[in-house]
Amino acid sequence: MATTHGAAHAGQTRRDFLFLAAGAGVGIGAALTVWPFIDSLNPSADVLALASTEVDIGKVPLGQQLTVLWRGKPVFVKHRNPEEIEKARADDSASMPDPQKDAERVKKPEWLVMLGVCTHLGCVPLGNQGPYGGWFCPCHGSAYDTSGRIRQGPAPRNLEIPPYAFLNDTRIKIG
Amino acid sequence: MAFQSDNKVIKWIEYRLPIFTLLDHAVGTYPAPKNLSYWWNFGSLAGLMLVVQIVTGIVLVMHYTPHTSLAFTSVEHIMRDVNYGWLIRYIHMNGASFFFIAVYFHIFRGLYYGSYKAPRELLWFLGIIIYLLMMATAFMGYVLPWGQMSFWGATVITNLFSAIPVVGESIVTLLWGGFSVGNPTLNRLFSLHYLLPFIIVGLVILHIWALHQHGSNNPLGIDKKDSRDTIPFHPYYTIKDLFGIAVFLLVFSIFLFYSPNFFGEPDNYIEANPLVTPAHIVPEWYLLPFYAILRSVPSKLGGVILMFAAILILFVLPWLDTSRVRSAKFRPVYKQFFWIFLANCLLLGVVGAKPPEGIWVLIGRLATVYYFAHFLVICPLVGWFERPRPLPTSINEAVLPKAAAAAGE
Ligand code: FES
Repeated sequence: MATTHGAAHAGQTRRDFLFLAAGAGVGIGAALTVWPFIDSLNPSADVLALASTEVDIGKVPLGQQLTVLWRGKPVFVKHRNPEEIEKARADDSASMPDPQKDAERVKKPEWLVMLGVCTHLGCVPLGNQGPYGGWFCPCHGSAYDTSGRIRQGPAPRNLEIPPYAFLNDTRIKIG
Repeated sequence: MAFQSDNKVIKWIEYRLPIFTLLDHAVGTYPAPKNLSYWWNFGSLAGLMLVVQIVTGIVLVMHYTPHTSLAFTSVEHIMRDVNYGWLIRYIHMNGASFFFIAVYFHIFRGLYYGSYKAPRELLWFLGIIIYLLMMATAFMGYVLPWGQMSFWGATVITNLFSAIPVVGESIVTLLWGGFSVGNPTLNRLFSLHYLLPFIIVGLVILHIWALHQHGSNNPLGIDKKDSRDTIPFHPYYTIKDLFGIAVFLLVFSIFLFYSPNFFGEPDNYIEANPLVTPAHIVPEWYLLPFYAILRSVPSKLGGVILMFAAILILFVLPWLDTSRVRSAKFRPVYKQFFWIFLANCLLLGVVGAKPPEGIWVLIGRLATVYYFAHFLVICPLVGWFERPRPLPTSINEAVLPKAAAAAGE
């Protein structure tokens, strides 16, 4: 009696094991098969290759802004005048959603380089507008100050600073 | 109950595949309540528009080029060079709006007459899923002409997903296939725009299947009892539906031929420019109430959550509405709140079209709060406290009181 019971029990566990192993194998196989299809939607090699842009900033007059395209996104290169720099620094300790000092956002105070992409839902903010004298996003009303920091509206973060470097006094390389 | 016919061909087919019996059950002898009003026409109208959109869409694809450098010009090519291209495109463009018009009537009819209540919850669910897929399909279709509104609409909508914590940014990159909306994005939206309508067709078949399980609801909201409460679908409702279609198409034609760009935005006749956002970006009219809710919340994630919740809340409505009585005809309190709710939805639509400044922000917030309060507070409480008016004992008696009295004698 005991042996029969044991044998039946053993058969049962072996079958269970095979069942679970086969199930797991099918599951993992399905996941591995699906992955190439999902990953094919990610940026392709040629898109990833468009890494950097060089910009001549020598001709941007004081107070004006140049907009260039980098990786399909607009980048603002703003030649700030002393009042704007002054205003940005004065607000360094004001309360804001994403606190940052103006000095952390620039390499040279008169040149503010940042992505012209609203951190809310990606519209291009308009320059010299809004209650803080910086940028104003027409889409849902986010207002940025003269340092590109978010001060009011639904956007959660300051305008992003892309990686860039000054090649000389009049040329920068973005990316 | 099988379909009877003397035709040899029909018999031959029927013996092998009983499709005539199926069709006969679906639209022939199917017993429908005898008191359906014209509010019950919008289901078939929505079905018609789905077919119109698929047929015109298939033809448009034969002339359209899904590439950022050619999409805009290929649409203009359809408008100017292709024979009757203007007509086919305008039918497709206005057809989307009229599809939504039919569906909104259909949804609000369901809300008024309690069509979502037991035993029709799954029927209601399928309807909501169809509605969600319709919105996705319409959004993707709007991107294809690659105008300014197409581009910035796509940017804003895809960016909604960046609100998801941690994985949001990766999801958005995955959706775009790049670092911004671009050619890979256009191509995948085109592919899905072609696919989803056929999935909608499948869901519509399930929707009708679920409908026929317990039959249509009716203006009285009471169950049909016997054959005196019903009439066969054909010819009574086939002819009524055809009449509705004629009227609906007449209105459609007025817009189509006299004001084809009424529902559109002039900015979409400017080719997409990733450097300039149009001063007022607004979605198509049928999405405006949800857009208003999105903008009313002063937080990115919160806005996105509330916007999706505004639709998903419809899934729990059958349980939030605690009243046993279906039709608002017999619910004096709910009836008034229904009209307030409808007005509030229209108000949200107006807010969604306005720039997010000044008084509109406040109105938008109040209307958003009311939208949710209707479902979460008003529906349960009214169902609890309201005293419904007495229900008639049968459809037949309510519709033909004299005949019923005579029969009773
Ligand atoms: S995208 Fe700028 S405020 Fe919404």
